[in-house]
Amino acid sequence: MLLIECPWCGERAETEFSYGGEAGISRPEDPQALSDEAWADYLFNRSNPRGAHRELWNHSQGCRRWFGVQRDTVSYAIEGSYPLPFDGKNYAG
Amino acid sequence: MTRYSAFSLLRNALSHNRDWQPAWRDPDPKPEYDAVIVGGGGHGLATAYYLAKEHGMKNIAVLEKSWIGGGNTGRNTTIVRSNYLWTEASLLYEHALKLWEGLSQELNYNVMFSQRGVYNLGHSLQDMRDIERRVNANRLNGIDAEIVGREQIKRAIPALNTATSARYPILGASLQPRAGVARHDAVAWGYARAADALGVDIIQQCEVTGIRREAGRVSGVDTTRGFIKSPKVGVVVAGNASVLATMAELRLPVESHPLQAFVSEPLKPLLDTVVMSNAVHGYISQSDKGELVVGAGIDAYLGYGQRGSFPTIEHAAQAIIELFPVFSRVRLMRTWGGTVDICPDACPIISKTPVNGLYFNCGWGTGGFKATPGSGWVFAHTMAQNRPHDLNAPFDLQRFTTGALIDEHGAAAVAH
Repeated sequence: MLLIECPWCGERAETEFSYGGEAGISRPEDPQALSDEAWADYLFNRSNPRGAHRELWNHSQGCRRWFGVQRDTVSYAIEGSYPLPFDGKNYAG
Repeated sequence: MTRYSAFSLLRNALSHNRDWQPAWRDPDPKPEYDAVIVGGGGHGLATAYYLAKEHGMKNIAVLEKSWIGGGNTGRNTTIVRSNYLWTEASLLYEHALKLWEGLSQELNYNVMFSQRGVYNLGHSLQDMRDIERRVNANRLNGIDAEIVGREQIKRAIPALNTATSARYPILGASLQPRAGVARHDAVAWGYARAADALGVDIIQQCEVTGIRREAGRVSGVDTTRGFIKSPKVGVVVAGNASVLATMAELRLPVESHPLQAFVSEPLKPLLDTVVMSNAVHGYISQSDKGELVVGAGIDAYLGYGQRGSFPTIEHAAQAIIELFPVFSRVRLMRTWGGTVDICPDACPIISKTPVNGLYFNCGWGTGGFKATPGSGWVFAHTMAQNRPHDLNAPFDLQRFTTGALIDEHGAAAVAH
């Protein structure tokens, strides 16, 4: 089981959280201007890396706030968590 | 290749079983092949077999980073069925099921395909409406499917809790009598042996580290055992699809998640069919060794670790005990996890790519095992002819741009 650190509540069991997918994907400013390929890329394509991954979690059974986590997708080690928006810090370092 | 038969068993018994030959060779990679398959799981080995058998290609290699059948092929719950909702999906899986029915004879290898039927339980009026819709869709597509009531389920599966006082009472089920289970390792071994006999090189301990391209065409792959030149590269690596796609600067709409399963201690025979329930989310069968084989859902987060979280196992165990209270004191013997690549529409991608000569077969998510023969068959066609077969044309990578998704989430009756 993962031990996830909520930036507001501290370390809690994984079962208190909901996973929100890859972080850092912003809705395009002007969707009408996008090609179908670019829209599909925003909507469906994901980086799905083997290794460090920035992702969103929601403390759904706690404070119910969204935050970011950097986690290794092979070892599942959590390298850090941060309140949104992302400040550019690399938590793997 | 020595043909396996009762006679060969007897002959080898007389020589104290000292003369059996290895089922496939262990060759070194050649510098060049006409086609290279990346990934020595069931789907990759089946692709190589059908490329050699149906399309006359002989100079083929299957590259496997570990040992064949050691990934998801060896980590699933072996359920085979074709009762999908949408026509595109049901025809693809039904094609696979038809190949399953003759597979042991075709490969001269007993894959222990046992058509013991699959029940998909309904616990609410909405469940039953969905089941009726799916059964009718199946029948229109020529797939065997029927709706069974509570009394019939009670007679067929005495251990199931069919009491109306249950927390999730069972109102009925869909039954696909031709569905069943198969022996997962035997599928990999059978295809490997048959492909090897047709001249396919199966190269284990050979990891692909790069995909070389020249002027928009694939020219070969870099591996831990050197560069291998090939004009056609088919990638069938399940959970690692995105990793391989990145090597060719492609992005895929798949995400890799852990999927877990477990078996109990061996018991006397008491479950002679497969039971699945969408509502409580569990699926169970009993292996020939007597173990209860139980599948869980995916863990919500990305994971390549081939293991998941314990709460997911607990959730699946709760579901099974809800259905079969009699199993509440059965002990678990072994749990394991695989890495499955999930597509947004829960259907696979069997497709050409923007790179000429590079083909991807991925995104099978939690249900790839059942499709093994059909997946290899259509992917071999796609690679050999450089165009998809009618069966896999709807499963093109382009569907995410055109919007022609095949939404089998939930409609396909639970995980797989």
